[in-house]
Amino acid sequence: MSLIKLTAIEALELMKRGEISADELTRAYLEQMDRREGDLHAYLEISRERALDDAARPGADGGPPLAGLPTGIKDVFCTRGIVTTCASKMLEHYDPVYTATCVQQLIDAGIVILGKTNMDEFAMGSSTENSAFGPTRNPWDLQRVPGGSSGGSAAAVAGGEAIWALGSDTGGSIRQPAALCGVVGFKPTYGSVSRYGMIAFASSFDQAGPITRTVNDAALMMQYLTGKDPLDSTSVEHPHGFSIPVDQDLAGAKIGVITKLVREGTDPDVESAFETAVEAMSAAGAQIGEATLQHLDYALPAYYILAPAEASSNLARFDGVRYGFRAAGAEGITQMYEETRSQGFGDEVKRRIMLGTFALSSGYYEAYYGQAQKVRSLIFQDFERAFAEFDFLISPTTPTPAFELGEKADDPLSMYLSDICTIPVSLAGVPAISIPCGVTLQGLPVGLQIIGPAFSGKRVLQAARSAEIAIGFDKVSPLIEEDV
Amino acid sequence: MAAGTAYEPVIGLEIHVELSTKSKMFCGCEARFGGIPNTRTCPVCSAQPGALPVINREAIRHIARIALALDCRIAPGSIFHRKNYFYPDLPKGYQISQYDMPFAVEGHLDVTMDGEQHRVGIERVHQEEDTGKNIHAGESGRIAGAIYSLIDFNRCGIPLVEIVTKPDIHSPQVARSFLNKLKNTLQYLDVSDCNMEEGSLRCDANVSVRPAGSDLLGVKTELKNMNSFKHLEKGLAKEIERQIGLLEAGRPVVQQTVHYEVASGEVHPMRSKEYAHDYRYFPEPDLSPLEISQDFVDDVRTGMPELPSVRAARYVTELNLPEYDAEVLTSNRDTSDFFDETLNYFDDQKMLSNWVMGDLGAYLNASGKKLSIETVSPGQADQLCWLSPAGFGEFLAMIKDGEIAAASGKAVLPEMCETGKTAREIVEEKGLAQISDTARIEALIDRVIEANPEQREQYKSGKKQVLGYFVGQVMKESGGRANPRTVNEILREKL
Ligand SMILES: [Zn+2]
Repeated sequence: MSLIKLTAIEALELMKRGEISADELTRAYLEQMDRREGDLHAYLEISRERALDDAARPGADGGPPLAGLPTGIKDVFCTRGIVTTCASKMLEHYDPVYTATCVQQLIDAGIVILGKTNMDEFAMGSSTENSAFGPTRNPWDLQRVPGGSSGGSAAAVAGGEAIWALGSDTGGSIRQPAALCGVVGFKPTYGSVSRYGMIAFASSFDQAGPITRTVNDAALMMQYLTGKDPLDSTSVEHPHGFSIPVDQDLAGAKIGVITKLVREGTDPDVESAFETAVEAMSAAGAQIGEATLQHLDYALPAYYILAPAEASSNLARFDGVRYGFRAAGAEGITQMYEETRSQGFGDEVKRRIMLGTFALSSGYYEAYYGQAQKVRSLIFQDFERAFAEFDFLISPTTPTPAFELGEKADDPLSMYLSDICTIPVSLAGVPAISIPCGVTLQGLPVGLQIIGPAFSGKRVLQAARSAEIAIGFDKVSPLIEEDV
Repeated sequence: MAAGTAYEPVIGLEIHVELSTKSKMFCGCEARFGGIPNTRTCPVCSAQPGALPVINREAIRHIARIALALDCRIAPGSIFHRKNYFYPDLPKGYQISQYDMPFAVEGHLDVTMDGEQHRVGIERVHQEEDTGKNIHAGESGRIAGAIYSLIDFNRCGIPLVEIVTKPDIHSPQVARSFLNKLKNTLQYLDVSDCNMEEGSLRCDANVSVRPAGSDLLGVKTELKNMNSFKHLEKGLAKEIERQIGLLEAGRPVVQQTVHYEVASGEVHPMRSKEYAHDYRYFPEPDLSPLEISQDFVDDVRTGMPELPSVRAARYVTELNLPEYDAEVLTSNRDTSDFFDETLNYFDDQKMLSNWVMGDLGAYLNASGKKLSIETVSPGQADQLCWLSPAGFGEFLAMIKDGEIAAASGKAVLPEMCETGKTAREIVEEKGLAQISDTARIEALIDRVIEANPEQREQYKSGKKQVLGYFVGQVMKESGGRANPRTVNEILREKL
């Protein structure tokens, strides 16, 4: 039995029956890291000692509900006692004074933290190449990117370096890397999970969520992630909660295909994997139709005004005054700010800070930020109209499979386009999941995105479980296959 | 403009009030002035990565009280905005404030000056948070030439309310009087201690001048750094003088910030470019819009304390005090509360009022101390006066009953305030008890009459005013302790 291929639910069952121990399970993952981390670079910090201690904690096997599950935590979450960098030189040695609420909830539920996973700096990027500490590679093909920004989390789960992982999604940062790494990634409705302690990129978009091997594992983690946090005013008690989906077909489900996201600029292999999945879902009883979102073309531009605008303000606190990196040798406060922020931030972060600063400037605010807010409401209305007709909307998660390292690094616009299918959902704040639905001719995984109305996460996960059964995707990355 | 033109100043005030809530505006840290630097901080107010603000409901209750006291309209939904700029005392790199949808708008506060009433419109009242405090090490204590700077974040995040008036004020005196009335009102509301030296009340002014009678507004400057009522009045007068001087010399007033120099009392225009900020306001995404229900407003209204104008009216109608007394007594909440409380122990309102406005007032002015109706602890003794309403009542009753001469009372009261001793204790210690014993007084009088035969003759020949001289001599002999009424009676008989 290969411990690094288990799902979280299977592992819990085996631990409960006494067939494996938390210690064995944790060691299996640490050993896989020893073998593969040199190639993969899924982690920025491995908390080996702490993981072994946690796994040996009395009651780890079958005590708290998630006891003993070896977990990767995206480095965007503050973890007291484990350096938290957000993949930025700005926070290279930052040791947080507190732990993010949602991580604490998982810790309280018994998880074992293996370490902090790699990401695009401050979650800005779609390939994890923007990490200040080197890129993560895709376990399916080490020449390719794992997607981003939660690329480390997705690669760790796909490469056998975590049984599951915590990610964060602003414009697609959970769903897109999950799709590119052939795993499941769920972005809950905005407000379902506390943002307290998750280092802010774009406050009105950011949402934490699970990256897992199965839909049921995602549902399991959501049960412990969700909840109203008195420290986050935008968090709410999820009206329906979460539960483990049951195995059933899609009979009666009305599903709308967002056709515009399939035909324009989509890789033919992705398109055919998607079409095959749609047929499978239809065969499982779903009623498939075509959904139109009128203002879809404006989603990407609106997102690239709103998210950088918020980011330009959120990242102002990294000024070299209280913590983190401070440039040496500056004379006076203005020069200290300039040097610190010039040297401490990477190019993409600086690009977005400048974009956002411009969009909020006096004289431009209405034309950019104001207009983009209007587009956001229109897109929200588009989704509402579509959900009056359909239970769920679907699209490919990404227009292409994983691309090669460096392929888009110098072309920000083409990089931005890799989130074209996920961004509209983020603007509307509604829940969506990416599940693997096939592979390309080159053997790269393809993701299917299933979207539901606000706070329908429980139903989205149920539909995703049914789709998972109908599609029957059973491939794993060569890193796990070879290491068995 | 030709020389000799009469000018009218146009003044609007921007007042910042630090609220005296238990905790800070967006976190649970203690919101009190002082403390060991950086001990009243947490991830939120020190802007650690990932920390988020949560609105302090107590602060909202406070600002609602202010808005109601100023007769403002409270918005059912107001929005917090981020005001973005870099400064070391601003850890987030933005201040959470309000912008185009403030908490309350359109109110007013009336001030009376020399019998004339001035209505000052309130443009807006909004909620924001305070910044930290930079301390520059070096000779000047200013940033230029500092060797290094230290930052104390204890103040950072303390709730701040900004009150902006309409440009309805036309003299420095009315401006001062308005600020005084506002401060007094805020103290009655129990929302701030309004200490200008500690910075819990700050005032900036927008100033312009125009030819008297004109409807047009002149170019305005923003006058800053006036840290007392006196300096507000002085600074405004200086700035008005400066602007008139410019216009009379045929030069334009430039829109800029003007700094008031406390030490010299001069005003210094700053280079305008230096202060041209683009704050890039946008709605704070970490906070939902602030919804205020009618129920909440009604609830706050019900719990409103008695405001100074209402209390003054009560003094006139219920206590039969002159309007002047009512005005003076209510112009300071501590004093007025003390007056009210003392009425439980002493029921001659007018005599009480006279003593509060007279000797007690003089003591408070001279010592800089305040009255409190609570029991004063030794730790508060450098700020609070030891006098208690019960003790003060007893003291006044002793005078009224003839146990102490009013003249001796003048010496007893300051000592009560300084030491906390009772009037009885002091009178005993100093032997100040009034002499009402007729035999002793008679003996004194005999001595005095004997020593002044000339005056006695004058009195006898009909110069009755000489009686006053004799009373004075007897009182002097008795060390001020003889009962004046008894002295008068006996003297008349004997003469
Ligand atoms: Zn705090």
